[in-house]
Amino acid sequence: MSAIGEELPAWSKRRDDAIALPSSWPHLIERDWAWGGSDGAGTRVAIVDSGIDPEHEFVGGVGRAVAVQRGPDGQATVADDHSGDVAGHGTACAGIIRSLAPACELWSVRVLGPEAKGGAAAMLAGLQWAVAERCSVVNMSLSTPKRETAALLHEIADDAYFAGTVFVASAHNLDVVSYPWRFSSVISVASHDGEDPFEYHSNPQPPVELFARGIDVEVGWLGGAKIIAAGNSFATAHITGICALILAKHPELTPFQLKTVLRETASNMTRA
Amino acid sequence: MTDPGELRAAVAAGALAGQEHHRPLLQAIVEVARAIFAARAASIMLLDETSGELVFEAVTGEGEDTLIGRRIPAGTGIAGWVAGSRQPLVVEDVAADPRFAADEARRTGYVPQGLMAVPLLSEDRVLGVLNVLDRPTQRRFSVAEMDLLSLFANQAAVALELLLRARRTDALLAGADEELGAVARVAAAVERLDGERREAGVRLLRELAAVLEARPADGL
Repeated sequence: MSAIGEELPAWSKRRDDAIALPSSWPHLIERDWAWGGSDGAGTRVAIVDSGIDPEHEFVGGVGRAVAVQRGPDGQATVADDHSGDVAGHGTACAGIIRSLAPACELWSVRVLGPEAKGGAAAMLAGLQWAVAERCSVVNMSLSTPKRETAALLHEIADDAYFAGTVFVASAHNLDVVSYPWRFSSVISVASHDGEDPFEYHSNPQPPVELFARGIDVEVGWLGGAKIIAAGNSFATAHITGICALILAKHPELTPFQLKTVLRETASNMTRA
Repeated sequence: MTDPGELRAAVAAGALAGQEHHRPLLQAIVEVARAIFAARAASIMLLDETSGELVFEAVTGEGEDTLIGRRIPAGTGIAGWVAGSRQPLVVEDVAADPRFAADEARRTGYVPQGLMAVPLLSEDRVLGVLNVLDRPTQRRFSVAEMDLLSLFANQAAVALELLLRARRTDALLAGADEELGAVARVAAAVERLDGERREAGVRLLRELAAVLEARPADGL
């Protein structure tokens, strides 16, 4: 038997350490239980993309903005960023998330742009940073097909899972194998062509796990513009917003429990 | 010392067609893409990894006289985002917003109502972007169209890969590597010969091979 203060073997736990599990898990999980009354307050949502225009009326402010840059030794470093959005896409995703979870805190992690060149190293550094900063949800549209990068991404995705950071990643439209969206530790999203932002379908045949609104969505773009756009990345932003709503109300949920809640509350869930 | 594989590649390069033979393939792809989607224009952009820019390689419809060779910084704009993220993107009704329109006009000199952009991928590399501009606006974009565009992207990526290989060949023939370039030029020259001259050329090469393969003890 181990005395107090004595170091335990790896992966051990004292029997008298109380870890309370939430007891409120209902038999039937409904949307009202999942996020009824929630506005996303208290959640920190990182958008790993092209930056965010904090002035855009759809965005309503950005809590923090950083960019991944290459240091003098070629290493990726994360620094505060004031360049806004270099492409428009990050602003588009931010606006969608804000429309669903108006009180969440949006953080911009820019990994695209002239100096980052959208390389896999920038993506890895951006994701690692978001996990270290304890973001609740990370919205990402990027993926890489490189096997060697995939192994590192897998580690980061697992670290995120254990740290309680949810990765929501766009599935690829094209017939290519890429990561991280294929990992089970992330939530992968593709598009349906419905118009309801809260309509989402659970896929019984993964690796794509959810389908959400991604076609003909009005989104914010550069310079305050508003355009109609389509792509899995917009479906991803919808699920990110819904995750923020659920986590604001139930911060104790692990990423896999959150995934279960999403499945149980999916629009195509039929009950006997 | 030159790698034997590189020498073989140099011979093959000399016998292969140059980049100009692959341009019609790229052009045909953008023309079919434009026809299938009833679009006003279509284009293929190549990612120049050295300069970090996207370069227009094939254009049909609006801009076909002016856009070839034009460069935009990668990572910015819609095509730049598509190349950086490897994700397709569709935008509609963009000209309705003057701020967006002005931005696109500055980039390409042409303001589309809408555009579809899809990355061109070859294994783990992004080769470029396929753009389809101004589909009929009364037609709602669909998931099926995204799939169709992806099929085109696969074909366009293969064509772009061929063009890139042909460019490397051309660079070789132009003497980028002196040793390999000489071998490639000989192969290209023989390939161009006809009839008796070709027979004579092959005979000469055979003699040259015999001389080069002979050991000093054989009397040379």
